[in-house]
Amino acid sequence: MKKSIIFVALLFLSLRAAVAAPPKDTCIACHAALGGDLAKPASQFEVDVHHQAGLRCADCHGGDPSDDSMNAMSHAKGFRGAPKKNQIPEFCARCHADATYMHRFNPQMRVDQLSEYLTSVHGKRLKQGDTRVAACVDCHGVHNILAVSDTRAPVYPTNVASTCARCHADAAHMKGFNIPTDQFALYEKSVHAQTLAGGDTSAPTCSTCHGNHGATPPGVGSVANVCGTCHVMNEQLFDKSPHQAAFAKMGLPGCVQCHSNHEIVRPTDAWVGTGPQSACTTCHTPGDKGYGAAQAMLADLTHLDSSLTRAAEVLNVAERAGMEVSGPKVELAGAQEDLVKARVDVHTFDAAAVRKLTDSGVEIAAKSYQAGVAALRERDYRRKGLGLALIAIVLAISGLYLKIRQMESGDSIGHRGDVERKAREV
Amino acid sequence: MATLYRKTLNWMDERFGAGSVEEFLRHKTVPVTRHILWYYLGGMTLFLFIIQVLTGILLLLYYRPTPNDAFESVQFVMTQVRFGWLIRSVHSWSANLMIFTAFLHMFSVYFLKAYRKPRELTWISGMLLFFIVLGFGFSGYLLPWNTLAFFATKVGTEMAGSVPGIGKWLLVFLRGGQEVTGATLTRFFGFHIAVLPGLATLLLAIHLFLVQKLGMSVPPSVERAVAEGRTSLRNMPFFPNFLLRDMIGWYAALGVLGGLAAIFPWELGTKADAFAAAPAGIRPEWYFLFTFQTLKYLPARILFLEGEFAGILGFSVGAVVWVMVPFLDRRIGFGRLTRVFTGLGVFVIGYIIVLSALALR
Repeated sequence: MKKSIIFVALLFLSLRAAVAAPPKDTCIACHAALGGDLAKPASQFEVDVHHQAGLRCADCHGGDPSDDSMNAMSHAKGFRGAPKKNQIPEFCARCHADATYMHRFNPQMRVDQLSEYLTSVHGKRLKQGDTRVAACVDCHGVHNILAVSDTRAPVYPTNVASTCARCHADAAHMKGFNIPTDQFALYEKSVHAQTLAGGDTSAPTCSTCHGNHGATPPGVGSVANVCGTCHVMNEQLFDKSPHQAAFAKMGLPGCVQCHSNHEIVRPTDAWVGTGPQSACTTCHTPGDKGYGAAQAMLADLTHLDSSLTRAAEVLNVAERAGMEVSGPKVELAGAQEDLVKARVDVHTFDAAAVRKLTDSGVEIAAKSYQAGVAALRERDYRRKGLGLALIAIVLAISGLYLKIRQMESGDSIGHRGDVERKAREV
Repeated sequence: MATLYRKTLNWMDERFGAGSVEEFLRHKTVPVTRHILWYYLGGMTLFLFIIQVLTGILLLLYYRPTPNDAFESVQFVMTQVRFGWLIRSVHSWSANLMIFTAFLHMFSVYFLKAYRKPRELTWISGMLLFFIVLGFGFSGYLLPWNTLAFFATKVGTEMAGSVPGIGKWLLVFLRGGQEVTGATLTRFFGFHIAVLPGLATLLLAIHLFLVQKLGMSVPPSVERAVAEGRTSLRNMPFFPNFLLRDMIGWYAALGVLGGLAAIFPWELGTKADAFAAAPAGIRPEWYFLFTFQTLKYLPARILFLEGEFAGILGFSVGAVVWVMVPFLDRRIGFGRLTRVFTGLGVFVIGYIIVLSALALR
């Protein structure tokens, strides 16, 4: 009886252990023990997004992770081993191009990476046997792949440019491709890179303009489309402007002609006009229509900008003096918007259209300036009033003091008298 | 002029015995001691309260207590109404000065042991008035419906929500719901212009009656010196000697208020937006800073209590002890100081100053 009880207990415990223990994974156990490069996949896989999703080595590499022997890696057990470079896209796509499978993990997951990749320069060259180009693992990592939303991931927006730069800024690696290697250095100076570094992950990085899996350089004709995905108004105005046809005729690349491609710095008003920083004078010369329009647009933008600065300065002084000028400040913000719109309207290259907006802004700025001046006048009025009131108060206090002195002179009640004496007098 | 005054007094005396008031005033005296400066603080607080009532009534002519209109109506007062900026700034500055002088008045009474028999009820009515003054400050702060006030009220009502026993009920009662909304504004307006003024008037009447009935307290040290024959107690007639001195202080207060209003007009800020993120470093008005900072330092749990709950419980017990001091400080008698309670007062002042300074860092 006693033996039966022990047997049942042991059986119960062993069954429980079998249910609770994770499934056996000999891949991790053996590779971790091997040390060196062979141990790396085992140690790195811990943080990998696939591991987090519950996948194991065998899900990609095949084999039998429950087998302790080398037979675990036999072809008979489905072992596929490590793919060669040119096999990697299809290797990953076995799952990532399978919508039914991928939607088990994330219903919104894209499954077009392989088809996009095959349209890219990287994909095309890899198909041709050029293994120097990037495949999935070159950007995402191998056994330590992190989710795109993970800030440590090489494909997180703030890391994309440096990931691309690992190859594209490496002159030795890029030798033979006949493309420049200064894109990253130029991009780092751009307003896009600065905005991204400031924490705005919606700011463009390499993949925003070139695509990610389907990475390809935009052609001359499609540059405006690329920029226009964000700068919609600028693109529409440019397309309606006389420059659109002229640029196309001359084979000039739209936006890039004035703004550059990777080194897209913050434009200033001096880019229009005819000064030394002008982009207009690249083509336009004194006497032609465009030259006059450039001069007029710069003059109007400068006038509005200086009007806004003057009004903001006086309102700030009034506000620091404690005056309530929130109303004029809100109106001035409207005029600031007019300046922004006018700067966008420069892409019409129509001086009259720009002037319409700048005139409206200048009018508001003038009103705001007057409101600020009035507030400062009111401040001075209050201070004069305060001065007069303080004089009246000091006179009243002096009168009271003299009255007390007069009342208590020769009379000791104020300081030494007692109530009985006062009462006797009363 | 004197004849007209006499005639008016006689006319009133014949009808309701007004002469007895004059008789009372003629005999009312104030002890002249080296602590006499502190005796002016009650009158100063009362003067500032009167300023609050007068400027508050003027603000009511334009103020509209709804979330859509409150901010704009105050903005209108500040920018469009003639001298509206002065009335609103004086109201705000005077409120803060009143709370400050109420603090000083309370601590001066405490350290001069003026709460001792027979003035226990004067102390209690004064303390209740003090809490009402804090209530005025708390409810009035929200009324302009600006961002700072909105979020400070959120923080403040959350603190009220931790009051032992009635916290959850109190939070809903104050807010008019679970969140700070237009319902909260309407309630705070009601508290500020009806409930609290009514209570304050009643308590003020009791407080002033007791002060007149019992007269000014003589500090224990002076009482002892008189008893030992080292000095004689000197007195000053209240009317007009003390009152004229009071008036000097009130004029000076007017000058200070005018200066503050003209040079540092009370700012309005931006309109409250319930969906906006709370501005960084949000904190309540200066007189609640020490409680706010204390609650920040408390751990999440203290023994079996939630940290915030324990903190509010501590402050509640502290307030009850403070109000009941006349009955706890039993050894205070004829000319005898009780060091424990003096030490407690010093600790409370030090605590308030240090914690408030830490909150302002």
